[in-house]
Amino acid sequence: MSETTHDVGVAVTAAPSPDEGLTATQLAAKYGLAVSGARPSLVEYVRQLWGRRHFILAFSQAKLTAQYSQAKLGQLWQVATPLLNAGVYYFVFGVILHASRGMSQDIYIPFLVTGVFVFTFSQSSIMSGVRAISGNLGLVRALHFPRASLPISFALQQLQQLLFSMIVLFVVAIGFGSYPSLSWLLILPILALQFLFNTGLALAVARMGAKTPDLAQLMPFILRTWMYMSGVMFSINHMMAGRPEWVVRAMEVNPAAVFMDLMRFALIDGYGASNLPPHVWAIALFWAVAVFAGGFVYFWKAEERYGRG
Amino acid sequence: MAEQNDDNIGAKIPTVISDELHIVYRVHGAKTGKGSATAALSRILKRGEERGVRKVHAVRGVSFVAYRGEAIGLIGSNGSGKSTLLRAIAGLLPAEKGKVFTDGQPSLLGVNAALMNDLTGERNIILGGLAMGMSREQVKERYQDIVDFSGINEKGDFITLPMRTYSSGMAARLRFSIAAAKDHDVLMIDEALATGDRKFQKRSEERIRELRKEAGTVFLVSHNNKSIRDTCNRVLWLERGELRMDGPTDEVLKEYEKFTGK
Repeated sequence: MSETTHDVGVAVTAAPSPDEGLTATQLAAKYGLAVSGARPSLVEYVRQLWGRRHFILAFSQAKLTAQYSQAKLGQLWQVATPLLNAGVYYFVFGVILHASRGMSQDIYIPFLVTGVFVFTFSQSSIMSGVRAISGNLGLVRALHFPRASLPISFALQQLQQLLFSMIVLFVVAIGFGSYPSLSWLLILPILALQFLFNTGLALAVARMGAKTPDLAQLMPFILRTWMYMSGVMFSINHMMAGRPEWVVRAMEVNPAAVFMDLMRFALIDGYGASNLPPHVWAIALFWAVAVFAGGFVYFWKAEERYGRG
Repeated sequence: MAEQNDDNIGAKIPTVISDELHIVYRVHGAKTGKGSATAALSRILKRGEERGVRKVHAVRGVSFVAYRGEAIGLIGSNGSGKSTLLRAIAGLLPAEKGKVFTDGQPSLLGVNAALMNDLTGERNIILGGLAMGMSREQVKERYQDIVDFSGINEKGDFITLPMRTYSSGMAARLRFSIAAAKDHDVLMIDEALATGDRKFQKRSEERIRELRKEAGTVFLVSHNNKSIRDTCNRVLWLERGELRMDGPTDEVLKEYEKFTGK
């Protein structure tokens, strides 16, 4: 085998070829070769991503499982972590601070826990999005797949994490007298919209984080500021009483506040529609679609550049 | 394969064209080697070229055309840009200047980065297969072959244990078995295939030969001149990121051995 191939090798260099004199680009065009690593069109990109859906799902589940695989209690932590979180918040804000601010305890505790879980969902999607590319350079440099798979996969991992938290949330809601009703069905569209919103943001920050890894250091501060402005621990309406109308409105269209309020409205009996800003569903839909589409296109535009160290 | 080329030399079909390719790595925070905060701050304040970024010019203007049916060896001393060139051909590293044209999607033989040590071997096979772009059905179909080939289960039911419990040899065997489970158009193999015990090495060499037969064009990076001689009919010799020589295996290897003083 090796002997024959050697002969061919000699022939390769010696033989005159009809392609002689063509530039590389002309030669490539003649035989239909494409530029390696070029960015596909947006439609083609979506098609490739769809083809990778099993990988995206498997990767997110693998990440989720790997998280607690060294712990003795194992996957039990998926539920125990949010439960402990809820416990700490109840202790600090419910027992010590009595921070219910014009709400009865029965409403405030589920109000608080819902807020924390819903905000954490967005927060951790963004945090893992920042590192989606820069933290997985090895993978990006070794295998070929649409890079958007990574941030989407991380956002999906957070969604699965949230589903575990929802179990805790249901227990808390029921424990404080909000029983399952038809309005609980609203949880599904709310989660879908928020997931879209998170994914769009994760895609956008993934591109920024790939170019500037320092963003991972900065992001916690931005997110914490956002959290305190979104009314996780207090009701915006109540805190902002007496301030100009537009300030309150501006704070209410904040996407984090919108998703939290919708979720509270769906879950908690005593938290009625009067707490929601006008056109709340339209606002939620707008945020979800606009941020997802914007983030996706923004990420795709740099597709061929990911992986440069 | 060889006959094909002899019959119609005029109709050689190019599969990979590299045109004046340059690859530059950017390393952050390595400009002065001083990692202190003040040094970093002064770098930020000092505008100019690019702040705090050191450039490593790994591949400098490499041009060649590879044809269907060729098996091309890449040789050169450590750090000469061999692996970088492979990654660029695969479209995994963006080119600084120049272009690479390819027929279809070249793939790098290697899946290490997609695997997770905390997961069982079983789940890693599925994850790795999907990461390489196999469908779920294909992974299911090949699953048993991969396990058998790796020989992980020869000493008990190890495949259901997390990969971090494997010995380094076992892990390397599983990684290779997953990577080699897929067929490729343009296949690129980075050295370090000589993992595992003697028995496994033989098995993997055989598998590579099979993969070569199925693939259109094969690139092989290796420091082992014997394995290059055994498998390749053409050799590219890289030194300091430049293409020093390109030709039939014997000629190039002769020069290379002279150069390395063997």
